[in-house]
Amino acid sequence: MGRIITLKKPVAITTHSCVGGKKEGQGPLGEYFDIISEDNYFGQESWEKAETEMLKRSFYTILKKRDIKPQDIDVALGGDLCNQITSTAFCYRDIPVPFLGLYGACSAMAESMVIGACLINSGGVDNALCSASSHFATAERQFRTPLDYGGKRTPTAQWTVTGAAHALLEREGKGPFITRVMFGRIADLGIKDANNMGAAMAPAAATTLKEFFTLSGEKVENYDAIYTGDLGQVGTDLLKQLLMHENIELTNHKDCGLIIFDRESQQVQAGASGCGCSGCVLSSHILPQLEAGNLHRILFMATGALLSPTTTMQQESIPGIAHLVEIVAEKE
Amino acid sequence: MDYIAAFITGGLICVLGQILIDLTKMTPARILTSFVVAGVVLSALGLWQPIVDFAGAGALVPIIGFGHTLAKGIQEAVAKEGFIGIFTGGFTACAGGVCASLVFGFIAALLKKPNSRE
Amino acid sequence: MKINKKEYSYMVEQASPPSHLGKNCLWAFIIGGSICTLGEWLYKFYKNIGFIMSDARLMASISLVGLAAVLTGLGWYSRLAKKAGAGTLVPITGFANAVVSPAMEFRAEGLITGTGTKMFIIAGPVIVYGILASVVYGLILFFISPMGR
Repeated sequence: MGRIITLKKPVAITTHSCVGGKKEGQGPLGEYFDIISEDNYFGQESWEKAETEMLKRSFYTILKKRDIKPQDIDVALGGDLCNQITSTAFCYRDIPVPFLGLYGACSAMAESMVIGACLINSGGVDNALCSASSHFATAERQFRTPLDYGGKRTPTAQWTVTGAAHALLEREGKGPFITRVMFGRIADLGIKDANNMGAAMAPAAATTLKEFFTLSGEKVENYDAIYTGDLGQVGTDLLKQLLMHENIELTNHKDCGLIIFDRESQQVQAGASGCGCSGCVLSSHILPQLEAGNLHRILFMATGALLSPTTTMQQESIPGIAHLVEIVAEKE
Repeated sequence: MDYIAAFITGGLICVLGQILIDLTKMTPARILTSFVVAGVVLSALGLWQPIVDFAGAGALVPIIGFGHTLAKGIQEAVAKEGFIGIFTGGFTACAGGVCASLVFGFIAALLKKPNSRE
Repeated sequence: MKINKKEYSYMVEQASPPSHLGKNCLWAFIIGGSICTLGEWLYKFYKNIGFIMSDARLMASISLVGLAAVLTGLGWYSRLAKKAGAGTLVPITGFANAVVSPAMEFRAEGLITGTGTKMFIIAGPVIVYGILASVVYGLILFFISPMGR
């Protein structure tokens, strides 16, 4: 009861879409995006407008793929990294859909799916449209420095993905299916370095996974893969070590932050990050593999670093969070 | 010869900055600020002028040179204007570099949108 | 979690890859040294065309600032800095880049509320603490050192 929410009836992820920027297009998953824009401004005047435009393109793609109208959507849930989640809010301001803005930093995709699945499970809505987006430039200018400022990135730094993704959850329909979900607890082991997000978020990922395995009785090997959102190389190493101390050996772990770019040739230091990272990898890589039958049972867990530029400057440590979604290819 | 002295001295000061970036967790802003203050102090103690005499631009172009310029400006202003020079010397000495940055920054802002990075 | 903050801090240190210090320093040396050499060349150039020594130094600085502004505007300065690290940070060109890049970046928020307000968001502390240090030096010169007057 309580911690792990077992859905009365598995919720179907019927459709999904993702849009990426130039660098994402050059990465290993480039050809699996629905839209790649060579122009990171997406034809707009500012980076914030660009991110909203990117989300809109993803939104209209998923409508087209599912052949529905905005009015058919019962609720839209989503988040991004901009102050006051404006990218997402501005995406829906001209579109008549009920909207819940969520902030969970880079955990936005999993957070919106956990809530969406619960809303459908409660019987209140028939579908929920989940989204997540991030833009390298909006994140950089808000959390770090201007784009043209000459700084050297530290080896633990991660590259914010320019990408937006949507996933449509429905009560009825073809799979993959969400069977269980779990809200994460905040974990903070005192990391203050805003250039080492993986290290800040790994404890949250470990906390959620450990709790899930303990309470559910499941084992690591019961899953084809366990995906984390954007821990990068440093965070991945730390997650494995943390779980080792809890006697869990994470043998089939994959991190979206290490899948979306080629770390060496694309020079992204420790890997990728951003709400769009887990969202785009989910839509371009994980869900297609479940649909094709290459994967049967997975855990998808996006992690978020709940910091702001202000808290960093005030020398606060970085709280992390990780929400978990269990996804299966066929109903059991 | 002047060029070699400038190259080596300037290069070494940058290496010092790089070591601070890599081995301490100092942010670039902290390093630049420390360098400027260090420049004022070194110049006040009379330690920087010999390096300027040796390396020219190698000692003036790095941001420590900015501190040196400030200290020299204060010296001249206090000598010439007395008490009021304490308040005018610094800004007068750095006016050229700061004003040029400001003007070029404004022009760049008018002409160009921020560039995308890949 | 069985790990405490102190143990975790040690784990993080072990897991975080170190910077390539040698390679970074070499690049900083070469590019930083080259910018200073260019500064020296500009100084000689301005002196040759008739500027007095102090003005030639100033003209060299202003030229370097201008060059950095152009490279920043074209998006090349950050690319160079990716390699050069402190080599592009420490010279006066780095100061110019720190003024020009926010001026461009925050243009989207308006010429006054964006560019005007945020132009010195990075370089500000350099001016603030440089000037403060010089004022302290001035006070010492005026009140303590007899050489000041």
